[in-house]
Amino acid sequence: MVSENKKYPVLNNNGSVGTEEIPVLDYEDFSTEVVNLLQKKENHCVTYFAYHQNNGLKFIIGIANDVSHHIFVLSHFLLESKPQKLDSLTPKINALHIFEREIHENHGVDFPGHPWLKPVRFAHNRANKNLKVNDYPFYTIESDELHEVGVGPVHAGIIEPGHFRFICNGENVLHLEIQLGWQHRGVEQTMLEKQTLIQRNMVAESIAGDTTVGHSIAFARLMESLAGLGPKTQLEVERAVALELERIAVHTADISALCTDVAYNLGANIFGILRTLIINFTQSWCGNRLGKSMIRVGGTNYPFTNETRVRLLQTLAKYENQFVELAHLTYRLPSVENRFDDIGTITEQQALQIGAVGMVARMANVLRDIRATHPSPAFEKYNYSPVVLPKGDVFSRFLLRRKEIKQSIAWLREVMDNEDFLFPSEAPKTEITLKPLRLAISLEEGWRGEICHTALTDKDGKLACYKIKDPSMHNWKALELSLRNLEISDFPINNKSYNLSYCGFDL
Amino acid sequence: MIKEIKIIQHNGKQFIPDLTTAEVPYPFRGRPEISYENVDEKALQNSCPLAAISVKPVVINLAKCNFCGECALRFPEKVKFTNDHRLATNKIENLLVKEGETHKIELDQSVIEKKIKTAFGRSLKLRQVSAGGDNSCEFELNACGNANFDMGRYGIEFVASPRHADGVVVTGPISENMAEALKITWEAVPSPKLFILCGVDAISGGIFTDSKALNRSLLKNVKVDLYIPGNPPHPLTIINGLLSLIK
Repeated sequence: MVSENKKYPVLNNNGSVGTEEIPVLDYEDFSTEVVNLLQKKENHCVTYFAYHQNNGLKFIIGIANDVSHHIFVLSHFLLESKPQKLDSLTPKINALHIFEREIHENHGVDFPGHPWLKPVRFAHNRANKNLKVNDYPFYTIESDELHEVGVGPVHAGIIEPGHFRFICNGENVLHLEIQLGWQHRGVEQTMLEKQTLIQRNMVAESIAGDTTVGHSIAFARLMESLAGLGPKTQLEVERAVALELERIAVHTADISALCTDVAYNLGANIFGILRTLIINFTQSWCGNRLGKSMIRVGGTNYPFTNETRVRLLQTLAKYENQFVELAHLTYRLPSVENRFDDIGTITEQQALQIGAVGMVARMANVLRDIRATHPSPAFEKYNYSPVVLPKGDVFSRFLLRRKEIKQSIAWLREVMDNEDFLFPSEAPKTEITLKPLRLAISLEEGWRGEICHTALTDKDGKLACYKIKDPSMHNWKALELSLRNLEISDFPINNKSYNLSYCGFDL
Repeated sequence: MIKEIKIIQHNGKQFIPDLTTAEVPYPFRGRPEISYENVDEKALQNSCPLAAISVKPVVINLAKCNFCGECALRFPEKVKFTNDHRLATNKIENLLVKEGETHKIELDQSVIEKKIKTAFGRSLKLRQVSAGGDNSCEFELNACGNANFDMGRYGIEFVASPRHADGVVVTGPISENMAEALKITWEAVPSPKLFILCGVDAISGGIFTDSKALNRSLLKNVKVDLYIPGNPPHPLTIINGLLSLIK
């Protein structure tokens, strides 16, 4: 399908298009189209990147329309011989800021007009290798009354590295800037260098360990799409079951962590052990508590059977009884409520401005949930109604998790009641042939939010580019904005209330 | 108050009474066992995405293995993953599992200095550094301290400052960007101190072994006191490994 003005192809989630069929627009045309599309509230950018092709850089942008359930793919080409300079679109569409920064860092393209053209993750294959991870250009304010607080990269606790720089006026935070990149392992490059399907699958499982299922589903569907393998409904349902279990497990752990931060020990401990119930179920299904080795291309080694169904229903019943009882108490406790209420607020306008996705969007009154707006076959068969909260504070993020757990359990029950797992799904493919010269986009709603994987093949059917976007790419900005005018001691609960991914961002 | 007591009662005691004898049920994949069955060795070798299998004789190197189970799925008569979660060791050679071998993986107690046992036997404080980790080993290290596993009962805890620590637990393949921070953290820990590699990524680089974004040069100058294999290691693997090192 193509757009009315024939300037870009229109895809569905997990769809693919011939790379030759994507019209290459000149930058002026490209900018106008992109800005026109992104000014509409129903559209948002899911991915925007550049990669080397022949004698220049090919730019690809994916824009998702949440009403028509389509993804628009626009393209532009910048010759090596031309000045590596393009007018920034960020002043018009703020949410593109991080993508332009990434293109600038990786390929050295300048974006005049970009207000904040700073390094993103100090990737090993960046354009300017002289710039080291310790040279990050932090924003500073000259004043005798202000002081700076620097934290990280190594933090107090078992947590991934990142550097946080606060500019404070007394106890109050005027500005927070977060520098990431410490976890950069070269995921996208490794994806291209590894040649076998199973190796690539393993790379996808390692993008973010707490979202193993989410990222590997996006990978598996992308490969299936590029190989022309149609979706198998029962397999898709099994994957979605694993996805929802991952969501329930991590949400429970996050509620536990937030209880820890307000010294509510009963909640911290019991929500903690409730998570164990869920991840131990995942282990009993596939042998790994995080679901590693569960998702494979074209099939599964661990089919969901009627016996698994019985055990899942038992686990859910046990979990739900205890969760509901404890949540009923925790969410009404004045000591918990007081600490979370009306703090670290993100407005709906801010969420739209930064292009927030997933939980961060939904807690600020923005409905962005791939399960409803770009559903995979499982969520087409069994509809999911997203939870949206209006306020955007820490309490909303705390509450959203409780409500999403409830919603996921209801969804899982519906599936268990209606799906008969009579015939085990087939074994995975060990080899597939990717179609040459194609682009495919796969979106999935991980527990953090929208995961987007994009891949392009060359004329021999080899991977020419593999692009990963974790929801944290958009959402880290929300944490920075949340902290403004709060006390620095409010940072831990704000940080935990988001629980964003370092490794998913750093890649 | 009554509500709280009821909740505690309804959840019951969920802690594992003895972590040293606790088992993880199948299909958990722990220590592999390799039979003498004749199979296409080339195909067996190729079935491993991480090049952890060598042949003549068939050996699985747990320093490279991420326990995906692909070899056992394709050659069930040759390779079987048992549910033995005791995988940690202080000698990298002990991570080589040869065909026919069924013995447990253990620590070589003779190379552990006596002062490690006397100083840390009842109190071990560790500093964790994630250096390119994918947050899965971190996830399980956190789980070690929860109410189920309660590693704190043995006096083992994670602390905020390297100055308060008796050792460093590294997760992740050690990214170039974290190499210096890791080195500084390690140097800030007072002696005697322990250096522990947790997870396949930390031990060998895992799937990222060939990535140019890594800098594993620190490992050339540091004696590793404990290797904890797994992707991620199960909390019981971690805790039992630490206990064998200090008890």
